[in-house]
Amino acid sequence: MTSRTVMRLMVLFYIILFFGYLFGPLIMMGVTAFNATSFPQVTPWEGFTTQWFVQLLNDDQMMDGLINSLWIGFGVVCLSVPIGLAAALMMTQIYERVRPYYYMVVVSPVLTPGVILGISTLVFWDRMGTAVNAEYESLFYNGMWLTIVGQSTFISAYCMLVFLARLARFDKTQEEAALDLGATHVQVFWKIMVPFLRPAIFSAAVLAFLTSFENYNTTVFTIQAESTLTTVLAGKVRMGTQPDLSALAVIIICVTLTGALIHEFLKQKERLAQVRQEKAAKAADRELADTMGL
Amino acid sequence: MNDFFIIFMAVLLALLLQPLIQKKAGGLWSSVSAINFVRRNGTFISLYLIIAVVAWIVFMIVLPQLYMVDFSFRHNLPLAEIGGPNDVHTVKNYEYLIFGRQTDEEWLNWLHLTVFLKTMLASIFVTLLDLAICYPMAYYMAQVAKGGQARLLILALVVPFWVNEILRAFAFRILFGTGGVINNFLIYLGVWDEPFDFLRADIGLYAGLSYAYILLMIFPIFNAIESLDHNQVEAARDLGSPWWRIHWRVVIPHAKPGIASACTMVFMLSAGALAAPQILGGPSSLWFTQVIYQWFNTGGNWPQGSAYAFVLLIACIAFVMTVMKIFKVSLGEITK
Repeated sequence: MTSRTVMRLMVLFYIILFFGYLFGPLIMMGVTAFNATSFPQVTPWEGFTTQWFVQLLNDDQMMDGLINSLWIGFGVVCLSVPIGLAAALMMTQIYERVRPYYYMVVVSPVLTPGVILGISTLVFWDRMGTAVNAEYESLFYNGMWLTIVGQSTFISAYCMLVFLARLARFDKTQEEAALDLGATHVQVFWKIMVPFLRPAIFSAAVLAFLTSFENYNTTVFTIQAESTLTTVLAGKVRMGTQPDLSALAVIIICVTLTGALIHEFLKQKERLAQVRQEKAAKAADRELADTMGL
Repeated sequence: MNDFFIIFMAVLLALLLQPLIQKKAGGLWSSVSAINFVRRNGTFISLYLIIAVVAWIVFMIVLPQLYMVDFSFRHNLPLAEIGGPNDVHTVKNYEYLIFGRQTDEEWLNWLHLTVFLKTMLASIFVTLLDLAICYPMAYYMAQVAKGGQARLLILALVVPFWVNEILRAFAFRILFGTGGVINNFLIYLGVWDEPFDFLRADIGLYAGLSYAYILLMIFPIFNAIESLDHNQVEAARDLGSPWWRIHWRVVIPHAKPGIASACTMVFMLSAGALAAPQILGGPSSLWFTQVIYQWFNTGGNWPQGSAYAFVLLIACIAFVMTVMKIFKVSLGEITK
């Protein structure tokens, strides 16, 4: 019995340590956002302040980066969700024998280091631009466009994996029934496939945007003269540390926490609704059985 | 006269063959629309599928990689000379990684070779460290924790990873800096008097990298362990097996694909990490990606950088292959 108690205590200790490691750094960073010292420090405590948040809002460089990041995220969603969807649909239809090779090719960007994706995109477009004698202002040398393309290379693969997971649960008879009833293929696609995939389209879009927003490894090569929020941040952190970065982190953590809690709340509600539905269905069944005299 | 004759014959031939070609084209078109794929999807959707997938594979995945590899075998030329007589293939960029400049005194380019080896070894170390930290947690979440508690744990795990990668590294810098929380605390306790430079010793870097990939390590293992029937653990316990043997003989063999995929992902990401080494790395220690970054930025030698990037890619592919061989898992299981 005592050995069990010791075991329990050890497990508890481990869990505390684990979550200490997980949240400790973030909490410390959060505290520095409110400390009046000009260097992000917890001790010595020189009084509570919100000046770092004000400074953050007045930082033009960071705001420009933020706007670029939002545009790039939007572009990546527009490019990689349709590509991911097409790649996933292709996967279900391609010849059995080719499928493993096809899968190997389309999944390779997930396993390729982001640095290499950025470099290859940069080199490819640069050389294409040289080959066609493109002007310097053209798309071939545009940092924003290159970043969208470079990020989409692997984000499309993420989207494809999301769609594949959803497609694995697709009931083929629905499609066949619609065709038997005289629907055209385009109708089947829009009326059956797209509604079935809608939750996946939504989550793929969210995933694509968030991944794009926080990407650094690919962006740092493709962005060139422009900047995104992440590259501005990286530049600032490398130059020297200021508490306004902590302030930004506090904002991000708050937004995330709210989002996560809302998500969890909605899921809980859905679960409860499902339980209620099942109960109602069971009750209806019983009633039916009663009236039939069973 | 002769030219005229050739043109005349060509026109005549074309006129003669024209009905044949037309017939062939018509037949081709009907056979295209007879292909199952087009029949199944309709012309419009088929076109969308083919264009999207082909554009992605050709212009975003395959060609850029090939161009990068080709570029890595070229000289670093000014724009005007590209395509000119000097634009020939060379292995000089790879030679430089191994042997350095010919004028150098050392036989080998120790600086970059050690950086490369250190990056690989450190990535393996980070992967193993992460595995050690995360395996118990994954097991606890999958087999011990009950419904609501497990959901809460997952939520608690996910939240920190929505924070930007740069800011996470920044947090570790605050923590491990010479004026940071840990140093101040230890000085206060009297463990040492002078602040210890964790960043110079790369401790900050290893802690930050392991932290960054906790989620990617836990979830594949969690998924694998969750599918294990708890009765198997109970049975092993009832038969008198100590806890470590239960893990060694029952849980770990079952979770093998999950562990392999998690380790692969974490290794690749830490070998290819750039932000964390830039922010947390000591001033004297470099990560291989940083060397590549230097070639592209301050170094201004893109072919050289491409060669280094290709070496990194090959090393990563070799690692994945090895893990797949050792653990006998397929690519599909790794990317799940």
